[in-house]
Amino acid sequence: MTDGGGSAGETRAVGDPVVSIRGVHKVFQVADGRTRALESIDVDIQRGEFVSLIGPSGCGKSTLLRLIGDLTAPTAGIVTVNGKPARKARLDRDYGMVFQAPVLFDWRTVEGNVRLPLDIMGVRGRERDRRAREMLELVELHDFARHYPRQLSGGMQQRVAIARALAFEPKILLMDEPFGALDEMTRERMNSELLRIWERTKTTIVFVTHSIPEAVFLSSRVIVMSARPGRITNVIDVDLGRPRNEETREQERYFQLVTAVRESLRGRVDGETPVASPDRTMAEGTIG
Amino acid sequence: MAERIADAAVTTRGGRVRTVLFALLIPFAIVLVWEGVKFLGGDPWRIQNVLGLGVSFEHRPPLRIGMASDLSLPHVWEVLGSFFEPVQRRSDVSLGQFLVGAALYTWREAALGFLVGALLGLTLASIFIHSRLLERAFVPYVIASQTVPIVALAPMIVFAFGQGVLSVVIIATYLTFFPVTIAGIRGLTSPDPRALELMRSYAASRWAVFWKLRLPASLPYLFTALKISATASIVGAIIGEGPGGIPEGLGRAIINFNQQYISGPEKLWATILVSAVLGILFFSVVRAVELFVLRGRALAAG
Amino acid sequence: MADPAVGRGMRGAEAVTTADGTVAGGSGAGVITRGLRRHVDRVGYHLPAAAVFVGTIVLWELSVSALRLQRFILPPPTAIVAALASEADLLRRSALTTLFEAVGGLAIGVIAGLLVAFLTVRSSTARNALLPVAVAANAIPIIAIAPIMNNWFGVLNPLSKMMIVALLVFFPVMINVTRGLTQVEPSVLELMRSYAASEWTILRRVRIPNALPFFFTALKVSTTLSLIGAIVGEYFGGSSEVLGRVIVQSASRLRFDITWAAIFLGAVTGIVFYLLVVAVERLVMPWHASLRGQEG
Repeated sequence: MTDGGGSAGETRAVGDPVVSIRGVHKVFQVADGRTRALESIDVDIQRGEFVSLIGPSGCGKSTLLRLIGDLTAPTAGIVTVNGKPARKARLDRDYGMVFQAPVLFDWRTVEGNVRLPLDIMGVRGRERDRRAREMLELVELHDFARHYPRQLSGGMQQRVAIARALAFEPKILLMDEPFGALDEMTRERMNSELLRIWERTKTTIVFVTHSIPEAVFLSSRVIVMSARPGRITNVIDVDLGRPRNEETREQERYFQLVTAVRESLRGRVDGETPVASPDRTMAEGTIG
Repeated sequence: MAERIADAAVTTRGGRVRTVLFALLIPFAIVLVWEGVKFLGGDPWRIQNVLGLGVSFEHRPPLRIGMASDLSLPHVWEVLGSFFEPVQRRSDVSLGQFLVGAALYTWREAALGFLVGALLGLTLASIFIHSRLLERAFVPYVIASQTVPIVALAPMIVFAFGQGVLSVVIIATYLTFFPVTIAGIRGLTSPDPRALELMRSYAASRWAVFWKLRLPASLPYLFTALKISATASIVGAIIGEGPGGIPEGLGRAIINFNQQYISGPEKLWATILVSAVLGILFFSVVRAVELFVLRGRALAAG
Repeated sequence: MADPAVGRGMRGAEAVTTADGTVAGGSGAGVITRGLRRHVDRVGYHLPAAAVFVGTIVLWELSVSALRLQRFILPPPTAIVAALASEADLLRRSALTTLFEAVGGLAIGVIAGLLVAFLTVRSSTARNALLPVAVAANAIPIIAIAPIMNNWFGVLNPLSKMMIVALLVFFPVMINVTRGLTQVEPSVLELMRSYAASEWTILRRVRIPNALPFFFTALKVSTTLSLIGAIVGEYFGGSSEVLGRVIVQSASRLRFDITWAAIFLGAVTGIVFYLLVVAVERLVMPWHASLRGQEG
């Protein structure tokens, strides 16, 4: 793990970063003019990091994720992934994507959905089936391999989507509010599950969320953004120990970090972790 | 289109039983109205020697309704009975045998036209969704083609391609390809944009996106169109057989029995009944395939 | 079925209407340049289709003379235009008679379809039983019934053709309007219940507005269907001055120039009829047209 107690995230260079974003701007053409979705974005993400992007609606955090995944192109600036342009990385199949909705194919079984990227990438026969089974075991859905997506609950569907994203061992996992549509209890369980998977696979994860507790619980670094124009306002290192579990959510340090992220979102960038006593109800809140 | 509402609305078991009963009652109701009208305003009829008892029964309807005369509206039993009578005087073949043979013949032409039309429609849709330019250039004419009644084109198609099955299949194709083209365009563009992004993140080829995402996603739309096309292909085959000079099918039977209407109206009615049953059967076959292919999926998309 | 396609085809035009609305608040110069650009876009949108039309006509004309096809097999466009002019009287009278049959039948079919749809609003059992039957009836080749209609109402009576049209139109109207009246957002019905609204109020304020788009979709399909139905009905006999008979008789005399002229006239009549319904639709449901524009 590359997290730990480092102070300034960007300067902590451990070899080449997996993702390097330099001077990126993104402008959208809309009916009544232009919208500056992103402005002057500079970010480095190291191998094995778990980075969350958090901010109010319209701050461009999803756009930033899509820029990394080459699902949209920057108006200006350079996005480099594994030392090559984002487009090249996409063509090399470096990315696994997970969206807010599971986006499963109704006509494929659970196993068929996990196999989809392998089918497309030409992995055949035993190897393909072995990997699909392995992924289903990872998300603990091997008993549901023959079910159709519509027969599963929302949380289970999202686990299938994660298994699908990991099936071809992508170098970087891009997650766009993957648990946003789930209820609070399921979401917390999925958070622990995701950490378990991350610790086993050592994949780099970029994670977009609306939820402060979620961002703090999961991440090694939280990138806080503001809207109109979309900018990075603060980067907070999460120096909670690992492995993290339910007890982590009750630590003093956890509440302090939650408060720090919240203050940043409100625009008070004090830089230092506040000492104010944590408030349970506030800590559970989400913005959005 | 419609059956989906029925599916959705029928939730309770009791409600379903009631619905099935009701649906079964409707053919009976039609027969009842049919014979009721004839009872009130049809031609008089009598039965000599009821059940060998030496009594004869005679009915004189109180009213006179032109539409209910035996010539305009033969008795249901006469229509059904005509199936067992010879198709022509001194013929060994019964009308029933003849019509079933004619229906199978017409169905073969229709099925050929249906297949060609479905493939053509799907090919056109696949081309149009990949090229906005071709879509804008040709889709208006695909739509305009359907404002031209096929009956009008039939004689010229026959003139161009000669009398025979080929012309009939072309006519059936002309009626079939349109619904499939339009539904294909809708269906192939129906996938969730995020599903398309997912494919993009896999750097999937257009080919892979088409076979693994667009085509399966379009199936509910395609089947809705294929059900319409099944009926349309039979209409096309029936229309085509006249100018196409095909004596074996239902189209010619309708024309012939129409000309012989005065001497045997029940024959035309029997032919119409067989045409209706053929249309419903072909529709039901496509529906059955749909239920099989789309099992495990919600029957979305009207 | 035809409607979504046409909606798609007209996407460009509708986008212009809404875009103009949003532009209205901008600066004067901006409005002018943007308006100009929109008009250029609009012309550009239809350019490929127009090019295909012109190209086909030219190619058709040239190939007929180049291949020295006998003129009666495939008459060149110029010959068809000539026939349109020389037979103008006959063609005009025929088209008007056929249109009369189509409109009459459309009216009968639409009224009957609406009647049945409204009568079954209250009873889900009747609706559930009727709809499969309607689907089955829709699978019946209606042309098979044309001779019977001729027999019932008289070959020369336009009513015989109207009834065929009415049969063709009845099912789409009934099925669509039934859907529109019943597929109402449940939360809207709950809202109306919370107002203690009567069934009549719900029908008037919720169900009928909800059914309007469905109704117009069916009506648009029905316009072209009605002309086809009338011409098909004429195919099995009728007065000689109708499009169907003109087509059959000119084709049997190998006067394909007249045949093509009649077909062209029939198609144009159908399209004009369709556009008329589209215009009425926009008038009755301005909210719907703008909504579609935004989607496109």
